Amino acid sequence: MADRAPTVPLTTAPLPTVPLPAQSVSKSTSKPSSIPPASSLARFGDKIYGAVIFLASLSIFGIILWLFWQLTGASLPSIRHFGLSFVTGSEWDEVSSSYHVLPYIFGTLFSSAIALLLAVPVSIGAAIFLSELAPRWIRTPATFLIELLAAIPSVVYGLWGIFILIPFMKQFIVTPIVGSRLPHLPIIGELFKGQSAGYSMLAAGMILAIMVTPFITAVTRDILRAIPRSQREGSYALGATKWETISQVVIPYAKSGIIGAVILGLGRALGETMAVTMLIGNQPPNTPNGISLSVFQPGYTLASALANKFSEASPGLSTSALVEVGLVLFGVTIVVNGAARLLVFYTAKDVQGGK
Amino acid sequence: MSTTLSSPPNLLAKSTGNVAGRKLKNIVMLTLCIIAAGLAILVLGLVLYFLLSKGFSSLHIRLFTQLPDNIDTSKGGMAQSIFGTLVLLGVSSAIGLPFGILGGIYQIEARGRFASLVRFFTDVLNGIPSIVIGIFAYAAVVFPLAQRTHGQGFSAYAGGFALGILMIPTVMRTTEEILRLVPFPLREASLGLGATRWRTMWSVVLPAARGGIITGVMLALARIAGETAPLLFTIFGNQLFATHKVAGVSVPTLTAPIDALPLRIYNYSQDVDPNHNAQAWAGAVVLITLILVLSIAARFATRGNMQEEK
Repeated sequence: MADRAPTVPLTTAPLPTVPLPAQSVSKSTSKPSSIPPASSLARFGDKIYGAVIFLASLSIFGIILWLFWQLTGASLPSIRHFGLSFVTGSEWDEVSSSYHVLPYIFGTLFSSAIALLLAVPVSIGAAIFLSELAPRWIRTPATFLIELLAAIPSVVYGLWGIFILIPFMKQFIVTPIVGSRLPHLPIIGELFKGQSAGYSMLAAGMILAIMVTPFITAVTRDILRAIPRSQREGSYALGATKWETISQVVIPYAKSGIIGAVILGLGRALGETMAVTMLIGNQPPNTPNGISLSVFQPGYTLASALANKFSEASPGLSTSALVEVGLVLFGVTIVVNGAARLLVFYTAKDVQGGK
Repeated sequence: MSTTLSSPPNLLAKSTGNVAGRKLKNIVMLTLCIIAAGLAILVLGLVLYFLLSKGFSSLHIRLFTQLPDNIDTSKGGMAQSIFGTLVLLGVSSAIGLPFGILGGIYQIEARGRFASLVRFFTDVLNGIPSIVIGIFAYAAVVFPLAQRTHGQGFSAYAGGFALGILMIPTVMRTTEEILRLVPFPLREASLGLGATRWRTMWSVVLPAARGGIITGVMLALARIAGETAPLLFTIFGNQLFATHKVAGVSVPTLTAPIDALPLRIYNYSQDVDPNHNAQAWAGAVVLITLILVLSIAARFATRGNMQEEK
């Protein structure tokens, strides 16, 4: 566009009625032929401008490449030493310099699954309430509360978890269940085996659920609010009840958006470090392969292992293995986010096809 | 359901469905939604309640004026942590803002496949867990710095680098969104008057979007102010109570280890000393206040801009 712009120096353009304004204002030389140099200077400025903003946007690629290069470079000794067994083995032992992360991968997925299982029904229910049912005097303060809680940093949630959630859990969840018949049931019992000091997968999953609930609720509510009124009115006019309208009109309309919100919540849960580190116990559960399905057992996630073991790591293979943990976490989040994007893409397509 | 038996026209009942059943289902499901909302609000309210009650009861002016006290922990404060957090916010802004804002400008100026590729990778960068960024900063800044200076390498530079990288995608996206809101005729008018592109951006578009951009920056700062995980690897070498306070009288030292509020909260929460636990709660209140002030200031920045335009 700039190329086609008139060749008048812009700062001085005094609403010319005749196309000879440059003569009256230009300072350097008053000949009309002096205008092209000025404009080429301007074009030069635009070139610099273009180059600068282009380089700034390239920084994104630069950072990702640099990050990948640094992480692979630093974890190369560990990659060479352990190969694929790094992600399939279970043992992490400083003494024998044997490092494997399968339990951590499991812990990451398990704690996130617990979190979503708890958070998704509550968040979607709460979002439906806020968007479809709540009177204004509830909606405004509730929305404010939810936004407020989405802004609280994870270390503060961790603090809350240590001093409020864990004592509460021990008294009202762990002790009654361990004392009941539940752990002795055939399959479900596996979930509740073992004594717990409170620091456990369940604690980590619960704090993650509490952290992602405001987020999923807020995003889902925004999506529901964006659905045209006419959709609901049409449904009511056909005689549908409120719930039928919600479940058969509103939610299908918002489906891909809601899935997207849940996935974003999952992405947060997977990479969440501080609150999980503070609550998950950071020791392997009482099983030979370091993996336990019991929610009362302690464990590790990739992120919490990184945060927790870093101070003890000695230079060399130990540090290298830890950096590889970071690399694996990087990989897990990329894969999950990628899969999520595809999912949203295809469900969005379905909805469009349905129309 | 038994009540429907009284309605005689069976055929009609079939065609419209079981009315009482549908009503019952309606009530049950809506009640479940209300319970879900009640549960969420209850839990979130409990988070806030304990935070405020525990935090305010241990809040004391010492927190802002004193350094940690090793001998009598009840007398200590966390002045150096608050100072450190502010320094880190400054360093990360210096690193993150230019790239973020200029990159956002690029996305509005450029079209086509490359721009959408940039957008996609901005999202990717945004989705990388902050602890991975921390490890990256360790490998890219701390480690080389340690080798060059024969010190530890943990520094405000490294912490600010990690936080600055976390800022870039956020600032880039918000800047782009705000710039997109500036009406295109405004730019066209400027270009039509013969202004160059950078001049148009500098004198027309950016002033119009100023409030929005400031909002984006404030929100990004609010986000990174509470980040803890990357700091474990970057400023981490200095967690002794003996405080490696960075301030010379006037100028913060950026190459030395530095403390930060979220990190101090984390350390004190892991402590057995109840005084430190109490200070962790108080620190949490200070941190949240800082974040809230940034968020509210962000809102005011936008509002002021709107009024100006009117």
